[in-house]
Order: sequence, then C-alpha cells, then structure tokens
Amino acid sequence: MSQQDHAAGTAPPDRAVQAWISGLLSGPRLFWIGLFVVTWALSTWSFALYKALDARWIIRFPSAYELGLEDWISSFVSWLSDDLSFGLFTFRDVTRFLSALIEWPYDIVRSLLIDGFAVGQGQQAVEILPPLSWLAIIAIVVAIARYAKDWTLAALAGGCFAYLAIFGQWESAMVTLASVLIAVPIGVAGGLALGILAYRSAAFEGAIRPVLDLMQTVPVFAYLVPILVLFGFGPVSALIATVIYAMPPMVRITTVALQSVPEEVIEAGRMVGCRRGQLMRKVLIPTAMPSLMVGVNQVIMLTLNMVIIASMIGAGGLGFDVLSALRRLDIGGGIEAGVAIVVMAIALDRLSQAFAEQRLRPRPDPSLPIYRRYPIATVTLAIVVATTLAGLSVSGFRAYPASMTITTGTIWASGIEWINVNLFDAIDAVKTFLLTWLLLPVRQFFNGIPWAWGVIVTGLAAGRVGGWTLGLMAAAMMLFIAASGLWAKAMTTIYLTSVSVFLASLIGIPLGIWAGQNARANKVIGAIIDTLQTLPSFVYLIPVVMLFRVGDFSALIAVVLYALAPAVRYAALGIRTIDPELIEAGKVTGCTPRQLLWRVKLPLAAPSLLLGLNQTIMLALSMLVITALVGTRDLGQEVYIALTKADVGQGIVAGLSVAFLAIIADRVVNALARSSRERLGLK
Amino acid sequence: MTSPKLLTAGLIAAVSASGAMAQVESLDPIKLTTHDWTGQIITTTLMGEVLEEAGYNIEYVQADYIAQFAGLKTGDLHVAMEIWETTGKEAMDEAIATGTVVSMGPTGMKAIEEWWYPAYMAERCPGLPDWQALNDCASEFATAETAPMGRYLGGPVTWGGFDEERVEALEMDFEVVHAGTDAALFAELEAAYQRQDPIVLWIYSPHWAPAKYDGAFVEFPPYSAECYADPSVGINPDAAYDCGKPRGDIFKVAWAGVADKWPGAAQAIEAFDISSDEMGAMVGEVDLDGKSVEQVVEEWMAANEAKWKSWIQ
Repeated sequence: MSQQDHAAGTAPPDRAVQAWISGLLSGPRLFWIGLFVVTWALSTWSFALYKALDARWIIRFPSAYELGLEDWISSFVSWLSDDLSFGLFTFRDVTRFLSALIEWPYDIVRSLLIDGFAVGQGQQAVEILPPLSWLAIIAIVVAIARYAKDWTLAALAGGCFAYLAIFGQWESAMVTLASVLIAVPIGVAGGLALGILAYRSAAFEGAIRPVLDLMQTVPVFAYLVPILVLFGFGPVSALIATVIYAMPPMVRITTVALQSVPEEVIEAGRMVGCRRGQLMRKVLIPTAMPSLMVGVNQVIMLTLNMVIIASMIGAGGLGFDVLSALRRLDIGGGIEAGVAIVVMAIALDRLSQAFAEQRLRPRPDPSLPIYRRYPIATVTLAIVVATTLAGLSVSGFRAYPASMTITTGTIWASGIEWINVNLFDAIDAVKTFLLTWLLLPVRQFFNGIPWAWGVIVTGLAAGRVGGWTLGLMAAAMMLFIAASGLWAKAMTTIYLTSVSVFLASLIGIPLGIWAGQNARANKVIGAIIDTLQTLPSFVYLIPVVMLFRVGDFSALIAVVLYALAPAVRYAALGIRTIDPELIEAGKVTGCTPRQLLWRVKLPLAAPSLLLGLNQTIMLALSMLVITALVGTRDLGQEVYIALTKADVGQGIVAGLSVAFLAIIADRVVNALARSSRERLGLK
Repeated sequence: MTSPKLLTAGLIAAVSASGAMAQVESLDPIKLTTHDWTGQIITTTLMGEVLEEAGYNIEYVQADYIAQFAGLKTGDLHVAMEIWETTGKEAMDEAIATGTVVSMGPTGMKAIEEWWYPAYMAERCPGLPDWQALNDCASEFATAETAPMGRYLGGPVTWGGFDEERVEALEMDFEVVHAGTDAALFAELEAAYQRQDPIVLWIYSPHWAPAKYDGAFVEFPPYSAECYADPSVGINPDAAYDCGKPRGDIFKVAWAGVADKWPGAAQAIEAFDISSDEMGAMVGEVDLDGKSVEQVVEEWMAANEAKWKSWIQ
C-alpha cells in the first residue's frame, strides 16, 4: 500500500501540474477522490436515506447496542473509593496516605514562601517564624540565575519576580510557585524513574507508551472528579492532576535521551567496572543531562499551563485570580494575573534552559575563607536573613506594601469597550462571512456523515496512509465513539478542530516561513507566540465572547490563537534546517526567490510542516475542552458537563473519545511525515 | 489558614490555648466550601467570621458546586453555605437521602432565575415584560446564526432550566443558545449593553448583574409544580413547562457529623439568616465598587452585631 503512496509523491516538482492531472485519474488519487465523493454524497443524503428506508440506525447508533461503559466506570470508581479494602486498610486509606505525603512538603514550601511557620490551629496559632521576605525571594532568584548563566539572565529573572510584586500579584504568585516547586520535582522524578524502566525493558516501554498517549490526550477535566474523590478536596488533588498532565514528556525524553547515549561511552563505563546502578547514575544520566533538562523544562511549562484548571479544584493562586477577575468581568484584573503567569513562566523557562546548557564553572580557590569563595551566595544569604528578620517588625519587608502596587486598572476594559462600540459592525461582517462560507458548510458536511460510513472511511484512510494495523485501530476507536453514543458530538469536535487547524496553518505557516528566513521577524513572532501559549486562554476568551458572542466562532478564535504556535515554530524550523548547499544549488540554477521558496524550500520543509500540523491538531483538541466554557456543543462540553455533575463515567468515556481522535490524527500525520521524509531521502 | 502540621507542638499549643478562648467543642477546623461566585464567597466568609468570633477554627476550601457533595458525604468537607433550590436540588436531595449529609435550613435568600432584558429594550419592544409581547418582537432579537428566530442566551447546559421545552410549549419564535459558563453569559450582556444591542438572557439573583444593569425579568405564566409535571395544566394543554421558572430558597447543607462534633457551630449555621437585598448590596460592593470580600463582611458585622450575636448564643 505504501509503495503506491510513494509513487504518488515522486512526481518531480517541475512537472507537478501534469502529474497532478494524470494522477487524478490513476490509482492513488482516484482512491482519495472516490473516498471524498462517497463521503460527501452520504453526508448530504444521509437524512433522506434514513427517511426513505425508514432506517434510523443510519444516522443514530442504535441505543440498544450502546456500550454503557459510563455506568460501569462510575461504579468501579465508587467501589475503589468506598469498598475496596486490603484487610488492615482500605484503598482510600492508601490514597489519603499519599496525599498526606504530598501535602506535608507542600505546606512547608508554602509556609516558607508566603504563610509563615506557626504552631497551633486557626486562631490559636502562634507564629514562630515569618515567611521569606519578598526581597529575599527576589535575591535568591537573582543568585540562582547568576549561577546558572550570567548577570543578564539574573536581571531578567529578578525583573520578572519584581513585576509580580509591583503589580500586586505577589501573594498569589507565591501560592502558585509553591505548587510548581512541589509538582515539578515529583513530575521529574516520576518521569525519570519510568523513563529508566522503559529504557531497561522493551516490554515495559511497549506497555507504557499507550498509557502516556492517554495521559497526554485525555482532557484533564475528565479525571478531576475521580482524583477529588480519591485524594480529597484541596491543593493536593490539584497537584496530582498537574503531575499526571505534566509528566509524560519527561518519560519520553528520558527514554530517548538514554537510548541515544553513544555505545562507546557505555562500554567505557563497563570497562572501569561500573555495576548496573552505577552505570546509570555515573555514566548514563550525566551524559544524557542536557536532553534531560529539556524534559525538566517541558514539565515546568506544562505545570504552568495547568494553573487555571488546577485552581478550579482548589489550588488557589494566580489561576484563581484569573478566574475570579473574569467572573466579575474585570478584564484588566484578569489580564494582569494572566500576564503574571506568563512572566513566571518566562523566568522559570529561561532558568531551566540555562541549566540545560552545560558549562564549566571555575572552581573557587579552596584556600580562601568560605564567604570569599562564594561571594554571591554569601550576600544572598545575608539579604535573606536580614530582610526576613526585618519582616518580623516591619510589614513592608514581609509582603510588598499594597500602597506601592500599580495596576492597569480599567485601561483594558475601556479598550475592549471602545472596540466593541466602534468596530463591532466590521467584526460582525467578517464573522458572518466566515460562518456562512466556512464554518457552516464544514459543520454540515461532518454532521451529516452516517456513523457506520464514518467508521469505515476513517479505517480506509488511516489504513491507506499507515498500513492495515493503523486502519483497524482507527476504525475500532471510531466505533468505540459511536457505540458510546457520542457520534454527533465527536463530529462537532472534528469540524471545529479541522476548521481551526486549517485557519491556524493558513496564518501560522507563512509567519513561520517568514520567521525562518528573517532573524528579526523571528524574534518578534517568537515572543508573540510564546506569550499566546503561556497566557491562560481564559484571559482572552472573555473579551472574545464580548466581541463575537457565545458560540462556535468565539471558540474557534481561542483555538486558533492557541494552536498557532506549533504551525509557526515547525515551519520556521523546517526552513532553517534545510541544507544550505541545496539552497545554493537552487540559486546557481537561476531560481528566483519565489521559485526558491516554492520549488526548493517548501518541499524540503514538508516533513517539518507535517510535524507542525500534528502538534497543531493536538493543541486544538486540548483547547476545545477549554472552549466548552464558552458554550460549544462538542466532546469538550460533554467532558465539562460530566465534571460539573461529578459524573465519573461520563467524563472518562468522553475524555477517552477525545483521546482517540487525537491518537488517530497523531498516527496518521506521523505516517505521512515519515513517508515524506523517506521520499526526500532524509533520515 | 494553612499552618504547617507540626503536629505535637500544635496540639500542645492548642490545648493550652483553648482554656483562654470561649468554650468550643473541638478545635479542629470546620471546613467551609467556597465556589466561584462572589455572593457565595460572601455568605461563606460571613458564616466563617461569625464562627471564628464564637471561637471555632475555620478553613475555607475551594470546591466545585456539585462535585463538593462527594466531599460532604465523606466528611472531607463540612459545610456548604449556598445550595440553590433552583439548580442544586437534585444533588442535594440525593446527598441527603444517603444520610451522610443534612440540610441546615434556608439561608433566607430567595433565588430568582428567569429570562431578563435590559431596560432599553422596553422601548423597542412595547408590552414587555409580558412574555407574549416578547414573542411578538422575537425578530428584534435575531442574529445571523438564528434568523429569523430570536436568540435567547441560556445558562450553561448544566444549569438545566428547561428553556428548550419552554420555547416549544409556549410556541415562541426563539432559539436557545447556551453559554458555557456564567462568565461568558455576563460578558455577552456587558458587550450588548455597551452597544445597546438587543439581548434577552438568563439572569439570576442575588447577583451583581441586576444591580449594575437596568432591566427587568420577563413575566411568564407563574410556575407551579403541576405545570412542569402535567401537560394538561397551563396554556398549552399538550405540553409541560408552559410557565416560568420556579423561584426558591437557597439552602445550607452540612456533613451529618457536624452536629456531633461542633454542636454549637451547627446551631449557629442553622440560625444563619440574611435577606436577598442585603446580599445583593454586598455583592455589588465587592464586584462593582471593588472592595474586598473581607472588608464588606466586616462592615456588615459591625452594622448588624445584635443579629449575628444571636446566632451564636
């Protein structure tokens, strides 16, 4: 099957048009066109068919055959939490013990950063030690940044934390930082451990891969309720949900990093007589350290992505500020708290990246006294002790004085109001145009597809691209969705995803190409997409609703904004990593810049573009769950409804359906990327 | 609130300190749940402050409105101060039926949930607030997606409310569009209000919106239980839901163990009583005037000392 596929793609670019026309009528193209025409016809006339044949099963999966997995999962979880007992203790005791284990360090970090240490409960509490002064925390961050890299980074990190204080976000930011400081080490340690196991045992690697896929694709909302039931209400459950979400990249990166340690290095380790554990600790991990730090960076970023959702189940902090500001329609307040999350992400991201780059640090002269050997550490320690003790008597050292905070106040709200009042007609016209010519036709197409044909066509298409195992798997997953009674919602999800991925690629790929060719453009565009990715989407969802009303269109805008980043990044990467000799060759043969782009650069960047497409789809799907908050009627809404009803089974089944769509898309696009790489003779 | 659990030291300090405080049955913190709307946070903070005056220790725990029942049943959470009869009745009844959760009586606030329109629509649509007048100018409320039908912005699907059924039963020319969250709901109202655009949507009270925006609830045929249950009752002999939405109390609920562990606190919670108007005013002070919840609660307590002192007698 894949042989024919190659034949379709090998047409040299200069004869592309002829090849396209002749290809249209020959095997592979005919297959795709035929598939589309049949699907389109069935989609258009499925309703008429059902009426004519009086066969309702065509458009609705017969309810008698539905799986009913929801109830089964719900009763399983309540059995876990209420009934399962190991004799001496129950399953719930185990989970509660785990949460106590996590809560203990969390409480200490929180006390250190913001609450202060006290003995006694509530009103009887007596403070024995104040929290670290805000000045002390900034000093520590600056010192760490200086140690990791240089004074430039120190200024950046210090500036980021100063922003938190000046804009009055200090207290919430420290609550958020406390959860990051607990969640990240757990995520990293857990990821490292699982990654090492996967490296040592191929069987374990095979077993854990689907689990990781699910952890990354099942929306967090789906498993919040079981976590609450098992681990109790409060910050610990939020931490556990965060770790589940943030850990998978660490596992994958660990395995890959260890696997790519050169054989000679391992041999050398064996020759000096390392045992297995020593080999891991002394040879493999240090060698793989730069890649491992990339994993740590990923865990930090994903942890910060979870801040909003975690605050919905009791994590507090900046996420809660964003949510509660926007509930009062305090747009400025929401943006300030949202930007505080971005700022914190920037500081932690740059810090962890600096640690990822290995550098030699001069060893201090051991003959010097200790405070001269480590001057920065000594000064920092002095600041920490002095300001924190000063906090005992002067409250300005303890918390940043409220009278010195600044705020953007109503600037943002007035800005939105101005746009709303003055530009609404223009905005509405654009919206109506897109709705009529893009959204509604696509929606009609997907919603009309009868489930049975949908299952078959997914299997055929996936099989064509990636072989019959992939085809069977895709068909089975679609059948699961249909048999769970979620077909219509899944089709709405696919429609919203495909339109937003289309728009995100349309905007993102040209931007990425531009950024790939022009260093200055790259800087500006890079900063914008970084911000869009770390700024909690809720911050811009509410203004978007004000301008575009509740409905699919608002959701679409939020999804496109969020999913833009990978389209841009991978396009830029693809352009940048083209072998310069090939471009030179193009120039020598007399290509104009335009021809160079279309005939040389774009075809060579195709594998990268496809990987970008893959990531764009993944992000769009994960964002759709958030846009349920503005009222889409898709699988994301189903997950969200289950959350608010605390219906464990419904949430997990809908969450699995989202995950299956993501997995099918991932495998298909990866297969495409693989075959396009092979075609180009790249690795 | 979260002091580290330096257990033994804490215990000793607590025991020695308790002699000096007012007599309370247990110094373990009573966990009150807070949700994501201001009114509920005010109610809860008010209750918490009063209980602290009586000597109890309080912990506020953020929890989801419906998901919290799982915690209340097991005793992870202790008190929920606002369960609306209009939206939380099923979950509350189900929890009470298990015997692990008990009702602590009404809060005194009355919940209103209904279709609502801004005052400027009264000119463009004469005859409001009557629902038939609203229906006569349904086209005024149409948008590109819903035309020729009018667009009614309903609450999140999870709020229920039977609006699709109501539109059907009363043969109204409206299409129901659901907002995903109430933040989205009020964002649309704010935007429409700024432009003076037509809008009719689901509003509830006590809330800051009816205080901030000038407008009124639509008047449907009055609700009765029979109207919802029995198609033959009401204007349309063949359909149920041919009337307005129910209005109802807002209840307090608690874990059943509260009355055993903190009997005095349980009494105070049962005695808690506040009116919709008082609450509406406090919500406005927080959400519109930008005061903090603690400040507003403190002011109310200073002004109503006799009232809250009677709860903790």
